[in-house]
Amino acid sequence: MAAEEVLTPTSYISHHLMFLAQPVGQGGFWTIHVDSLVMSVLLGFVGIGLIWLVGRTATAGVPNKRQAFVELIFDFVDEQVRGIFHGDPNKFVAPAALTVFLWVLLMNATAFLPIDITTKAIHAVGPEEFRLTPTADINTTFALALSVWLLMIYFSIKVKGLGGWIHELFCTPFGSNPLLWLFNFLFNLVELVSKPLSHALRLFGNLYAGEIIFLLLWLWAATGLVGTFGGVVLGLGWAIFHLLIVPLQAYIFMMLTIVYISMAHESH
Amino acid sequence: MNINLTLFAQGITFFAFIWFTVKFVWPPILAAIEERRTTIANGLAAADKGARSLEEAQVKITAILEDARGQARSILDQAQTRANGLVDEARTGATQERERILQSAQAEIDQQINRARDELRGQVAAITVAGAEKILAREIDPRAHQDLLDKLAAQI
Repeated sequence: MAAEEVLTPTSYISHHLMFLAQPVGQGGFWTIHVDSLVMSVLLGFVGIGLIWLVGRTATAGVPNKRQAFVELIFDFVDEQVRGIFHGDPNKFVAPAALTVFLWVLLMNATAFLPIDITTKAIHAVGPEEFRLTPTADINTTFALALSVWLLMIYFSIKVKGLGGWIHELFCTPFGSNPLLWLFNFLFNLVELVSKPLSHALRLFGNLYAGEIIFLLLWLWAATGLVGTFGGVVLGLGWAIFHLLIVPLQAYIFMMLTIVYISMAHESH
Repeated sequence: MNINLTLFAQGITFFAFIWFTVKFVWPPILAAIEERRTTIANGLAAADKGARSLEEAQVKITAILEDARGQARSILDQAQTRANGLVDEARTGATQERERILQSAQAEIDQQINRARDELRGQVAAITVAGAEKILAREIDPRAHQDLLDKLAAQI
């Protein structure tokens, strides 16, 4: 992007919404958003790595503050899982929920980073565009939602058997009468499609909208000193509101993950 | 808003993170928490046990105290009885001793009286003889009149 280009609100926003895309092969679908990948992997390592480090030295005695904090998160997730999932949650569901919660929470939290300063800093190193919030990338949210969806189908088949799962597709919820098979299947199809869609789009929509509102508020800085001050106040207000959205969306995403996987374990 | 290969990359990353959490992150924390839970449960159980044994000890202490009190009372009673017995014994002993002393004194007195009487008898006989000698102014053979004199002495 040329520096002489006139900076309009549209170019400012669209610039900040541009991914650091790296074509692999012929481009199009074969493209990778390097920024989303780098940020998500980095945050995954930070979040899960920190818990891992604390967990490795966890003692059964009096915990230090770091361990107590980790245990707080641990207990929170464990409690949510136990309320929904009836089985041994420690084998898979609870750790998976912890992963989802921490990871999504951290990825959401990048929305608080001052976008212009960080992108300028990253730009100084090289890349022209860099999106900080991976969960505002629909690829990330769909990757998570579809992974959960696959897990859901995997556990359905594992618990009920392939025959049981197919039987459930055709014989629930209305009944096993052959006349109802088509309706049952259509109903279940809608459910199967809507689950990952709502799962992914809810998170994406919230974070994307949050990002755009931040960008719109930062535009105030273009109107002068008073506007900058107003933008700061409004930005602070939105950040405080966003402080609710960030953990709430992470929580919702985790809860839906638990619910979907739990539902897969239960036969109707 | 274009779906691309990032989807798969993120999906694989996600599964890797889940695997890591299931394998390495969750178990040690769970183990520590479970262990602490057992420790706390054990501690609570021990506290319960302690409280119960304290109660039992209290009951035992009360019983022992009651017992000791009873023993003390019986010892006191015994001592009282014994003291009374001793006093009674001493009293009877003293009474008997007095009787005995009185009797022996009486016997002594009687003996003395008898001895004095015997002596007096002898002297009276002698005085009588001497008086008769003087009155009669003649010798009287004491041996010839011994039986007469003895009779006189016995009458005194």
